[in-house]
Amino acid sequence: MKRSVTATIIMLAASLALSVSMACAETIKIGAILAMTGPASFLGAPEARTLEMLAEELNAKGGIGGNKIELIIKDSGGNPEKAISFAKQLIEEEKVFAIIGPSTSGETLKIKQICEDGKTILLSCAAAEQIVNPVAKYVFKTPQKDSQVVQAIFETMKANKISKIAVLASNTGFGQAGKGQIEKQAPESGIQVLATEVYDSKATDLSAIVAKLAANKEIQAVINWSIEPAQAIVLKNARQAGWNVPIYQSHGFGNIKYVEAAGVAAEGVIFPAGRLLIADKLADKHPQKAVLVKYTKDYETKFKEEASTFGGHAYDAFKILCRGIEQAGANKEKVRDAIENMKGFVGTAGVFNFSPTDHNGLGQDSVTMLTVKGGNFVEYKK
Amino acid sequence: MTLELFSQYLLAGVTYGIIYAIVGIGFNIIYNTTGIINFAQGEFVMLGGMIAISMHQWLPLPLAIVAAVLLVMLIGALVEILFIRWLDRPSVLRMIIITIGISILVREAALHIWGEGVRSLPYFVGNEITTVRIMGARVSPQVLWVIGVCTVMVLALSLFFKYTLQGKKMQACAANRVAATLCGISTKNMVTLSFMLSAGIGALAGCVMSPITYSQYDIGTGLAIKGFTVAILGGLGSSMAAVAAGLLLGLIESFSVSVVPLAFQDAISISLLLAILFLRPHGLFGNKDAADLKEF
Repeated sequence: MKRSVTATIIMLAASLALSVSMACAETIKIGAILAMTGPASFLGAPEARTLEMLAEELNAKGGIGGNKIELIIKDSGGNPEKAISFAKQLIEEEKVFAIIGPSTSGETLKIKQICEDGKTILLSCAAAEQIVNPVAKYVFKTPQKDSQVVQAIFETMKANKISKIAVLASNTGFGQAGKGQIEKQAPESGIQVLATEVYDSKATDLSAIVAKLAANKEIQAVINWSIEPAQAIVLKNARQAGWNVPIYQSHGFGNIKYVEAAGVAAEGVIFPAGRLLIADKLADKHPQKAVLVKYTKDYETKFKEEASTFGGHAYDAFKILCRGIEQAGANKEKVRDAIENMKGFVGTAGVFNFSPTDHNGLGQDSVTMLTVKGGNFVEYKK
Repeated sequence: MTLELFSQYLLAGVTYGIIYAIVGIGFNIIYNTTGIINFAQGEFVMLGGMIAISMHQWLPLPLAIVAAVLLVMLIGALVEILFIRWLDRPSVLRMIIITIGISILVREAALHIWGEGVRSLPYFVGNEITTVRIMGARVSPQVLWVIGVCTVMVLALSLFFKYTLQGKKMQACAANRVAATLCGISTKNMVTLSFMLSAGIGALAGCVMSPITYSQYDIGTGLAIKGFTVAILGGLGSSMAAVAAGLLLGLIESFSVSVVPLAFQDAISISLLLAILFLRPHGLFGNKDAADLKEF
């Protein structure tokens, strides 16, 4: 009898000790809302894969300061309503430390206030300037702002003596935000927008609209702003209609699959992007070279598909968050402060210098113009 | 509007229109033998394209397409045998829910098999920028393939229904199922055949349109809505009316671009569907008295 009592005491003590040690190494829950399926899946799928890869890698190394990461990825299908309910679920039920994503601007703008109210850090992988302007205390983003991207396009156009353009955009948050930026910046840059057309994000054929635009002989170039397969369809339809004006795309074109989908019609398309797509062609002394080469290599060997800038945005978000946690410990408020004051973080999109007024942290030099040559991305040189 | 622009719109309209027509005919074939609307019709189109793309890795293009069409026909038969055949006098509502369920099932399966990316078959002739001139308009030769193959399909189907025994048996089922059974026709087999037939034509349409519109796991829903609009517009049950209605819808969509913004394209077809459902539920070419006799 006495022996069994001792045994019970020992067992109790042991379980107590165990629970204490468990409390020390807690897991940090990180939520992610990504468009893994649906029309924006070109963005969300590589983003989700990237996060899984990074979390696995980090946990294999023992996590951050002994704390393992638990990743909770939700597939929003690019649907803002779903993004809202997932955001609430992650904040209120899962009580996540931070949220990465969503993939698209429309979704991010819908959950911006929810994260702000829930005092949860949001690291968006979407482009629209409105995500960080006006600045929300808990909301950050990793891709280049669409205002910077539009500026880069207009500079290239001016260098090519193009002043009269047509704009095509999809009816998504990304398309509309980009269209808005183009219309806002055009007068300052001396560019005249002669026609604007908006199409459904699921459009499968745009030949009728291309015919309408091509009939206007004054149009010198076209900017298409979308993230869906329509980007490739526009190219094919324009070239099939014998319309050979230069076509500019948004930074949403940064996935080699669009080039494959458009085939030869993609040749010569000009678009702005980060340097990830030309990582192997960068000079060795470029500050981003090491980060870019490692990420693209890891991603490509693991998933047997080419890396895209979108996966890179998730990479940046995850790494920025990890660095914040390393510096400030697992405390939401302190990590938020750490991210807001982070300087010189070398990511895939560029070198991030955050500040209380800039929650994007990327400079104009993070955007470079690319073109397609022989089915590959190369730097655009006039 | 210049002649060039006119013919450009015309050809774009005919291309969409004939694809809608094929999906609409698929609806009609099954409706005729079973009296139900198969909402998984769009998924057959998607499967046709997707399977052909996968097959094309090992087989030359024509064989890949034939294999894809046969496989999808098999899938169509399986769907009928597994989900529909054993039901005894199911209600219309139950059948609709079943077919919607099947379409979701097929779509999710496709997502797991092929992933979320867009794929496409290579152009049958030339490449992405090859064009031919017709009446001043420039179109891809693939457009001619789509129009040609779909026209041949429509003609072959009408010959099949008119002159072959199997086709006549199916028509008999459509006219009066009880009487057909009394004549010794196995209505159950005819239902399976109708699923195979509409799966087959859907799959073939999915293959020829793939280079132009791309194939993705979720293209079926949009096509099913357009096909359904066309089937209703023409009058449920009549294949030739579906062709006329399909062309009409395609042309309205493409010419609408010249007056209203492109974003309204789908709104136009949906408003058309609603208007028809309210004003002429028996369709533009359908017979009101005949429609009143039908269950649905």
